[in-house]
Amino acid sequence: MSDWTKVPGYLSTKEEHGETTIVVERAHIRDACAYARDELGFNVLIDVVATDYLGWPEKGVSGYIGTASGRDLNMPMTQGLQALPETKPARFSISYHLLALRQGAPRLRLQCWLEDGDPVDTVVPVWPAADWFEREQYDLMGIRFHGHPNLERLLMEDDWEGHPLRKDYPLGGEPVRFSPAE
Amino acid sequence: MSTTLQNVGRARRWPIVGDPIYEGSRIPLRVPTILDVPPALHETDDIMQVNFGPNHPSTHGVLRLIVDLDGEDVVGLSAVVGYLHTGFEKNMEQKTWWKAITYPERIDYVGYQNNELVFVLAIEKMLDLEVPEKATWMRMLLCELNRIHSHLVYLGTSALELGAISMFWYCFRERETILDLFELVAGQRMHTRYFQAGGLAEDIPGGFFPEARKFVEIMPGALDEYLTILDRNQIWLERTQGVGLLSADDAIALGQSGPVLRASAVDWDLRRDAPYLAYDQVDFRVPVYTGGDVYDRYRVRMDEMAESVKIARQCLDRLERMEGEPWISDDRKVVLPPREELHTSMESLIHHFKIVTEGYRVPAGEVYVAVESPRGESGCYVVSDGGPRPWRVHFRAPSFAALQATATCSGGALIADLIAIVGSLDAVMGDVDR
Repeated sequence: MSDWTKVPGYLSTKEEHGETTIVVERAHIRDACAYARDELGFNVLIDVVATDYLGWPEKGVSGYIGTASGRDLNMPMTQGLQALPETKPARFSISYHLLALRQGAPRLRLQCWLEDGDPVDTVVPVWPAADWFEREQYDLMGIRFHGHPNLERLLMEDDWEGHPLRKDYPLGGEPVRFSPAE
Repeated sequence: MSTTLQNVGRARRWPIVGDPIYEGSRIPLRVPTILDVPPALHETDDIMQVNFGPNHPSTHGVLRLIVDLDGEDVVGLSAVVGYLHTGFEKNMEQKTWWKAITYPERIDYVGYQNNELVFVLAIEKMLDLEVPEKATWMRMLLCELNRIHSHLVYLGTSALELGAISMFWYCFRERETILDLFELVAGQRMHTRYFQAGGLAEDIPGGFFPEARKFVEIMPGALDEYLTILDRNQIWLERTQGVGLLSADDAIALGQSGPVLRASAVDWDLRRDAPYLAYDQVDFRVPVYTGGDVYDRYRVRMDEMAESVKIARQCLDRLERMEGEPWISDDRKVVLPPREELHTSMESLIHHFKIVTEGYRVPAGEVYVAVESPRGESGCYVVSDGGPRPWRVHFRAPSFAALQATATCSGGALIADLIAIVGSLDAVMGDVDR
């Protein structure tokens, strides 16, 4: 279809399940978004979603057999050996799901990768819709969107500690009042 | 104010139809979702800041709006959400795929069936699972009934907030009938968990079709009754017409979808433009209005209910001829074996045990699936590491996007209009906060 290599900061393309993912350099994500909107016609920002790949796939998160940490007895996986998923370039991915309002409803996923603490440019100037989408990912995943006009917590309380959707966030990790330590 | 498709080609291109609702953009410049008090007004010292919600009955749950008032005029507004955040996405990462199916329904608790559908479709897309035709059509039928149910809740509560209390009772009368249908099928009035990866959880029970037929027969008459109550009611018209304007360009920039988008002159419906299930095999019309106000959002939903009845009738025609056909795929690695086999087949017993205890595995990868829920594009982004539990689940919530338009719609509105505007965006707070 289109010549994706012209997207600013282009790194690679992936076609999977009929969906197109374009990985771009983190520094060029806003240019890539503006290009997708203006030149490729993807005029709607549907969603911004970050994923934490911490422990992918070495830790027995889903109970693999033959991982570095060995077999996890609490999460057995006995339906036969399977291939380990491909490794990821960095800890976090941010996916921008775009939609073009035209015949065939084509969709595109722009993706960039970053380590903990790396800033990524906001796309609010490209799509105002990114305002809450980015705030949510900042709140729950701790991604810092550089240049966002109002980067505050959205769903959690203002004084909440940590970012709950991270893989290293403890489950049931709410502090208990009046514990002996206090 | 008609469904103007004739206007296509007049300067603007499909899917945007009709004349611009207003010139330029009204999206606040500094922060798109916050209406700032103009500095000149700020100095007059006449501004009163009011906390509207989170426990106000007209906020449909727990939406909090911080409103700056100059007399009755809304001059500043910012929305505070998160009071209903329950960590669905985190929870689902801890459950096996088939246990996680129960969660999406509780996210958007009014459009529950559509939310369940989008997650199940995402699993099936990753598994490349074939779904029997009967299940597809039954899913469509239930989703359309659910759409009517959702719009009835919108209509009843929105009218109630503007003082039309009888409207609420009328709407909830028909809503009750729909819930009875769901109870008949799944044993639950809401949150049915009737969709299963691969098909349906159980066969369609006997006696369902006559009851569903009865409903599709009474519903058009009921819609006429609603129109009679509201559509020539001077109070309703004056409270809704020209209020809460949102232009097509602003709606697109703010990521709006569903009825809000279609009331802003954008002719876009995923059921027609990116068909899933068997929507390409049914005959229906996509209502589009060009006013972009509260009234047009109401009209879009009214028309949609009529269209949903039409689709439901076509689904029933098909389903009634599918007696005895399979309702779930027979992929034994994913789908539970039939109950009676457990007594006679060792393999079935093993499969049953495996699927229930450790769950089926889903190949590694990522997918995004979207459906047209009653509130707009409801999407599900899923990452799998190849294990029995999702690595990451994220829901694109149409209500979340819709609430972002509050500041744009409310510029220059009166405080009383704010209630009509928030109602017309039809946000379900469970969907917003997840």
